[in-house]
Amino acid sequence: MYGKGLRPLSIATVVAIAAALSLVFFYAPLDADQGFIQKIFYLHVPLAITALVGFIVGGVFAVLHLRSGNRRWDAYSYVSIHMSVIFGVAVLITGAIWAKASWGHWWVWDEPTLVSFLIVFLMYATYYPFRYAIEDPERQARYASVFAVTAGAFVPLNFMAVRMAESLVHPRTFGTANGGLPGSMMLTFLVCLAAIALLWVTLVKLELTAKSASGQLKRLRRALDAPTPGAGSRIAPEVS
Amino acid sequence: MSAPRVTPTRSAFAAILGKDLRAELRTLQSLPAMALFATTTFVIFRFGLDRTSLSGSLASGVLWATLLFAALLGVNRLFVAEREEGGFDAIRLAPIDRTALFAAKAAALLVYLLVLELVVVPIFALFFLDSATALAPLALVLLLADLGIAATGTLISSMAVHSRARDLLGPLVLLPLVVPLMIAATGATEPLLAVGGPGYERFGTWLAVLSLYDLIFLLVGYAVFDFLLED
Repeated sequence: MYGKGLRPLSIATVVAIAAALSLVFFYAPLDADQGFIQKIFYLHVPLAITALVGFIVGGVFAVLHLRSGNRRWDAYSYVSIHMSVIFGVAVLITGAIWAKASWGHWWVWDEPTLVSFLIVFLMYATYYPFRYAIEDPERQARYASVFAVTAGAFVPLNFMAVRMAESLVHPRTFGTANGGLPGSMMLTFLVCLAAIALLWVTLVKLELTAKSASGQLKRLRRALDAPTPGAGSRIAPEVS
Repeated sequence: MSAPRVTPTRSAFAAILGKDLRAELRTLQSLPAMALFATTTFVIFRFGLDRTSLSGSLASGVLWATLLFAALLGVNRLFVAEREEGGFDAIRLAPIDRTALFAAKAAALLVYLLVLELVVVPIFALFFLDSATALAPLALVLLLADLGIAATGTLISSMAVHSRARDLLGPLVLLPLVVPLMIAATGATEPLLAVGGPGYERFGTWLAVLSLYDLIFLLVGYAVFDFLLED
């Protein structure tokens, strides 16, 4: 039942990514200051925004799980965080490449956004050992939700604290008085953001579908009294 | 039949806190170990850094890293007795608001941290600092940071104690969570311990960040703690 709508969603994602990439390479102007390397910005920033929003979304699903007791929300929360952690790896890698190209170092400590993202990423990386260490599935789901809520509150706080501690050298995308993006760059950026967000949604839906299918398969096997091959993942929640 | 009587949260809080402090006084399980750990760590820093006196960012880093790791020892042990002696079941059975347990445990941890610092910070000053004038404003920073560690530490510890790897999991999850707290605490401490007397550069801002952190995580703990005690 999770598979419904997956195909149009995937097609929309492919189209959006193709459109985004063609805009990036053929439409958006070269940055006067940074040149070609600035184009990684169209990948790096949407990935980062999507990952952070995904973490918050995972926290919202966790709240729903705690309030309703419905295990399905826990699975949603798990998959959201899982996907955002994967996106987070991509953010750190693309960020490092950009930093090497524009500042000459792979890692720049006095750069608040990079450092805050690393801390948030480390925080969410502990989500897996945390889930794994709690055996009772009911308790695991509940504690994982509490973790997701706590970490969700931690994300904005952390960004604030790190930003205050450091100098401000990271390019601000929006909102600065004389910064800001020219129209063509802004359009490209927004299309890229939509494409990456669609990719995230598609992947989340795909993983939920896969989990639901393997859960159904397991139940069918049990009904037929057939032996279950392998135990599957002990961390990932089952989807009914 | 009369309505079931519910013990007021305040007296439940006082009872649990009193029980914890009395148990700590009689067994001395956490505090001496924390103080000894911190003192030994100072000695290790003395040789690791090969300095006999510290100031500025180095002093603030040594102080906070040591206090944080010493606090982790207390955080790890905070709920062990409840788990092993069936305290959780008793709390669940008792007609009290469960958040009383969160508040009492956080208060107990706060007391441990304050006692720890009362012992250890003078030792730090004696070992590394040239003058003790910074200690008075430092006390304010310590208090606010302790409140934050107490809130997050209690929350994480109550979850970690039910896991297979509790000694591992507590520190693992807690460390990234207290990074913003440490940023603000070291930011406020650094000018205080600068050479040539304490400075107050951005002191108020850092205190505001510390207070905000405390407030947010006390609220989060209050909101979610009920779910940790079910079943």
